[in-house]
Parts: sequence; C-alpha cells; structure tokens
Amino acid sequence: MVGIVTYGSYIPIYRIKTAEIARMWGDSPEHPEKGLNIQSKSVPGYDEDAATIAVEALRNALRRKNIPSEKIGAIFVGSESHPYAVKPTASLIAEVIGSYNAHAADLEFACKAGTAAMQNVYAMVKAGMIEYGVAIGTDTSQGQPGDALDYSASAGGTAFIIGKEGVIAEINETVSFVTDTPDFWRREGQRYPSHGGRFTGEPAYFKHIISAAKLLMEKMGTTAKDYDYVVFHQPNGKFPYRVGKRLGFTKEQIDPGLLTPYIGNTYSGATPTGLSAVLDISKPGDRILAVSFGSGAGSDAFDITVTEEMERFNRDAAPKVWDMIKRAKYIDYATYLKFRRMIVEVD
Amino acid sequence: MVVPRFWRERRYRYNLIGTRCPECGTVYFPPRNVCPKCGRKSLGKMEEFQLSGEGKVYSYTIVHQNVLGFKYQKPYIMAIIETPEGPKITGQIVDVEPEKVYIGMPVKAVFRRIAEDGKAGIIQYGYKFVPDWNKMELEKEGT
Repeated sequence: MVGIVTYGSYIPIYRIKTAEIARMWGDSPEHPEKGLNIQSKSVPGYDEDAATIAVEALRNALRRKNIPSEKIGAIFVGSESHPYAVKPTASLIAEVIGSYNAHAADLEFACKAGTAAMQNVYAMVKAGMIEYGVAIGTDTSQGQPGDALDYSASAGGTAFIIGKEGVIAEINETVSFVTDTPDFWRREGQRYPSHGGRFTGEPAYFKHIISAAKLLMEKMGTTAKDYDYVVFHQPNGKFPYRVGKRLGFTKEQIDPGLLTPYIGNTYSGATPTGLSAVLDISKPGDRILAVSFGSGAGSDAFDITVTEEMERFNRDAAPKVWDMIKRAKYIDYATYLKFRRMIVEVD
Repeated sequence: MVVPRFWRERRYRYNLIGTRCPECGTVYFPPRNVCPKCGRKSLGKMEEFQLSGEGKVYSYTIVHQNVLGFKYQKPYIMAIIETPEGPKITGQIVDVEPEKVYIGMPVKAVFRRIAEDGKAGIIQYGYKFVPDWNKMELEKEGT
C-alpha cells in the first residue's frame, strides 16, 4: 500500500478583503464576491515566500508524525513562485530537515506543480527506490495590480510525506491529462503573468479537469456517488461547483475542500491544501477524489481511500486548515502592496 | 553578510541548533565551542543540541528607526526570548501588532526570510518568533 503517511499545511495569517481591492480599482465591491465567490485572500507577510511556506507546512507534517530524516529519499517542491530563478527550493528543504541523501528537485507547472510532486514521489515509493518522500505544493503567486488575478492570487502550501508504512490515506490510482493550451503564461523576465481571460474556462480548466476525472473514474469503475469528498483546483469559488455539477458531484462533497472563497487561489498549494482540509475531518473508509489543474495545461487526478491508521494518527499535533483560515489579520491595499514588494522606489 | 559566513551558520539558523556542555548540561545558542563555566574540561566535548523553538518573551523593544533592509517592516518588534532549555535568544517577533506584545507572552520559532543582499544577492533564511496562539488561549482560559 502506497499513500500519504503524514501531511501538514501552512496559510499566512494576513488577508485582504476583495471588497478592499475593488475599492482601490473602482470596481463594484460586490463584483469579486458575486462574480468570483471570493470574499478574501491570503497575503504572505513581508518576510514570507514559497520556501518559508513550504518549510512551515513540512514542519506541521512532521509534528503529526516524525519521519527520520535519513529515511526521506526524495523532496519535490512544486511552485510557480520559487524564491530564486536559479537555485532550488528543494535543497533548502533538504537542509532544513537534514535529508542529505534525498533526490531533490523543483517542479513548475502553473497551479498543478504540487500534485505533480505527489505523483513523482508516489512513483518512486511504488518502484521501491525510496522508503519515504516529500511532496510540497507552495506558492506566493502574484497577479498584476488591477487585473482579475489581483482578486484571487494568494499564498499557502501543503506538504505530504508519501510512503508504504503507516499509510493514513492510500493512493489507489493517479492519472493525468495534458495538452498544449496557452490559457495562462509568463515570459522570462516578466514580473506578472498574462492570461486568456474567458479562454481560461472551457478549453482549459473544464476540459482538463473533466478529462482527467473521467479517465480516473473509468479506470477505477467509479461514479461521483462512490466518493465522500471531492477536491478540485480552485482558481475562484465558482469553477469547482460548476465542474463538480458536470461530473455529478454535490455541494456537500465539494465544500469541505473548497477554500478559495476565504483564502483565494494558492496556485500549486490549492489542490493539496483542499485535500489537507478534507484529511483533517475524514475517517477510515472515506474515499476522496482530488483533481488539480495547471494552466498550459494539465490535470492530475487522484483516487484516495482513508485507512484505519487515521484513527491512530495525531492530527491535532499541528494546526488544521480551517483553523488557520479562521485566524486572520486583515490589511488594506497599501499594506498589501508593501508586503508584496510592489511599491516602486527610485534608487 | 558574505556568502560563506551565511553558509557556515545556516544549520544553526534554520533549526535553532546550539551546543550543550556534557560536563554541566548548560545549553548555548548560538553554539559555543567551549563552556565558559567548565572551561578546558569541556574542550572538544561540546555536543550539538536542538532547541524546541518554544519560549516566552523575556524583554522586547519596538524599533522605529530601522536598520538597512527593515524599512518595510517598521515598526518592528525585537525581543529576548527565554527558552525552556536555558538560552536567551534575540529575535524578531512577527505576525502581531507591537501594542499586543507583553513580557511573558508565549512564542514559538518560525522559518522566515531574515535579510537579502540587494535584488541580486542571496536570500538569508532563519528563525523569527510568532505568538503561540494555542498557549495564549490556554492562558486566557486560566488553565
């Protein structure tokens, strides 16, 4: 049995209300809440980045179950906001946990680099190359001020340790679907990404998530009714309901893992953190479908079953996702610009 | 800070690793090669010792005139943290308003960016402290 042995998340404490962003840009204050179903988004503190979020998430995972550092054979960090353009985040993680013999690499695939990390670690464990591996999805994504992404691009991350011993959530199967769809991109040297506006919906998000989810359910012989929870990538608070409805899922299956209305889109952290929120409340026997989406474009789908080991697992040793969501400090747009280093100073 | 110095100290800064004197049990952070109490008896015997990251505010100050690189964080809180293992550590307290900090406040260590050498230089990571919300809630409840 290969699956999740422990997990932990981290969401920065700062939030900005989307009504405050709308006030700044002269949009209707109801626009982000009604149009996107996002009322606030998380903002990293001035001294936080994708690497610090990754470390805090992994430390939370290790608080729940300590895995000796020498047994961790792989570290994959998925992010589109790695602090350095050249210098890996994964080597910093290896140093922090003291896993000097780990296979370490950074991944990037818009919002699905976190689940891509999970697939890599899963494969290495399954192949018997490593005993345990770390997969992290983390981001401090940025939208151009005044752009639609300014309402949603946020910060957060989740770490999973995947192995064969002490599995709390078995990964029954994972599949992917990928095409060359340019719905969202950022060219070298550009500070902010560009996107295809409405084009990001139907040919990108919906096509890829539906294709990956259907492929997985066909392979497993399941329907939406077989799952207790479903986690979709969540670029806003509306798309997951729409894609869920088309695949036959209900609001009750979606809500526990839908975080975007309160913390925005944590990009590579989004599907992993939604899954983390579901693991916070799930019980043995629960079946979970998780489907990520990364622009450019692709989806990874996971069929997961919570095991009896969850009963013995010390979930309370680290903060739960919804507790972190509730602990919030609201800031205004000027402070947001300061924290996100978007104030241009003349040297 | 020059790159090699940061590189040499990274282990201690990332994980609050100090040293412990096997003769008298005293823990030091930052690490010391010799125990000032036991002198030559401790020479070559000091052991690495990882602090838990827990602590309480022993004293603090609010900095309004920032040092280089801290302009966007002012006013910021610098504190001496008393750890259960013994050492008193100087560090920044973040994620809390300066007026809410008090002596005796429970804190815990977190991993943050400390400084960066301009826009092209290396980013230095290390420990800072944040309020330990769970312990503060227990204090409020009087348990």
